[in-house]
Amino acid sequence: MRLLTHNMLSCNIKGVTNGFPLRIEAEKVVEKQLEINHDFLRNIFPKIDWKAFSDASRIMGYHELPEEPPEPSVLESDAEFLGKFHHALLELHLEEGALICPETGRKFPVSKGIPNMLLLEDEV
Amino acid sequence: MPGNSLEMSYKTAQIRLVSSHPEVYEPCDDSFALVDALLSDQKHLLEHKPILCMEVGCGSGYVITSLMLLLGDEANRAQFIATDINPHAITVTRETMEAHGVHAELINTDIASGLESRLAGSIDLLVVNPPYVPTPEDEVGREGIASAWAGGENGRSVIDKILPVADKLLSERGWLYMVTLTTNNPSQICQQMMKKGYASRIVVQRSTEEESLHIIKFWRDIDIEVDANNGVTSSTPLGILDSVRSQIQRLPFWGSSDINAGTN
Ligand SMILES: C[S@@+](CC[C@H](N)C(=O)[O-])C[C@H]1O[C@@H](n2cnc3c(N)ncnc32)[C@H](O)[C@@H]1O
Repeated sequence: MRLLTHNMLSCNIKGVTNGFPLRIEAEKVVEKQLEINHDFLRNIFPKIDWKAFSDASRIMGYHELPEEPPEPSVLESDAEFLGKFHHALLELHLEEGALICPETGRKFPVSKGIPNMLLLEDEV
Repeated sequence: MPGNSLEMSYKTAQIRLVSSHPEVYEPCDDSFALVDALLSDQKHLLEHKPILCMEVGCGSGYVITSLMLLLGDEANRAQFIATDINPHAITVTRETMEAHGVHAELINTDIASGLESRLAGSIDLLVVNPPYVPTPEDEVGREGIASAWAGGENGRSVIDKILPVADKLLSERGWLYMVTLTTNNPSQICQQMMKKGYASRIVVQRSTEEESLHIIKFWRDIDIEVDANNGVTSSTPLGILDSVRSQIQRLPFWGSSDINAGTN
């Protein structure tokens, strides 16, 4: 699971109002190279919740992202920043671990890179 | 990504590279019809330049893999997400994608549960081959292979859950391609979607001895005015709905024909 996906996932348990972001418990993180695509990064940037993203990147062991959301203009001018954004968003994969609901503490396991968001009957 | 792999020259997933599992739906007529619909719309898809693409109910991974392959270089400026309620399907999809050298983010979930709030209004392309076979209601969503086809009354149970989610997820310019069976009452589905402001078109129609499949494409149409009471007024005298309805009526019941009309 990439951090892009983490940034798009919330706890889906019925009645939960503050289900985002899910806290990452990282047991195994892998890096997979991917060719950088500036168009994608520019298009996705406004949709990213920066705080959730930069916090998640640190839990995944990557400490190069600013804590404060950068100005969109850096996407045009700062190649180094783009490289870091790309790496954290798309090249870091949570392979084993869990996602934990900030409100209920419910653990959603991540195994072989795949989050299991299936709910029990009493959670739907 | 369909980058430098040997499979680059193939436009769709190759059956010999599609993984399988006894509890996972194998690519079938419906899967092929959906991929044919995407292929016949390939030019539009390339121009559409989707950024976030998604498949609900990916099964073997045949469709999402084919989608990535047929988008070619365009796939590099997009990201792909696929869900399935069946954990074995997710595993098989991962194997199928690996064999083709492509990657989509996979999530084991019910429809798009967990993604709906953050991805609302963000999906530019959604493809769905839902469980559409009419079955007793209690067969829907059971564990294992039955959930691949069991669609409840008129085969509409899961479809009717997917449509509002699709409406929520699709971006302003988002497109939905969905497989339906005649028994699902596709013209009524189109009518329902029209109330939400969507135009529709049959991209592929195909009849086998057992079933008659329609692959329908939906997109938001500003000409369809949705009023406060959820009623619909169409600004064109011959509404799109009418054209879909007449297309469905005109379809030969036996034999096979593909309808490719219009620009969308
Ligand atoms: C007809 S099969 C299509 C599989 C594949 N997309 C294809 O075209 O070959 C339907 C798929 O939807 C999945 N499915 C059924 N109900 C679902 C739900 N509520 N949420 C997510 N996936 C579901 C099934 O597990 C199955 O893999």
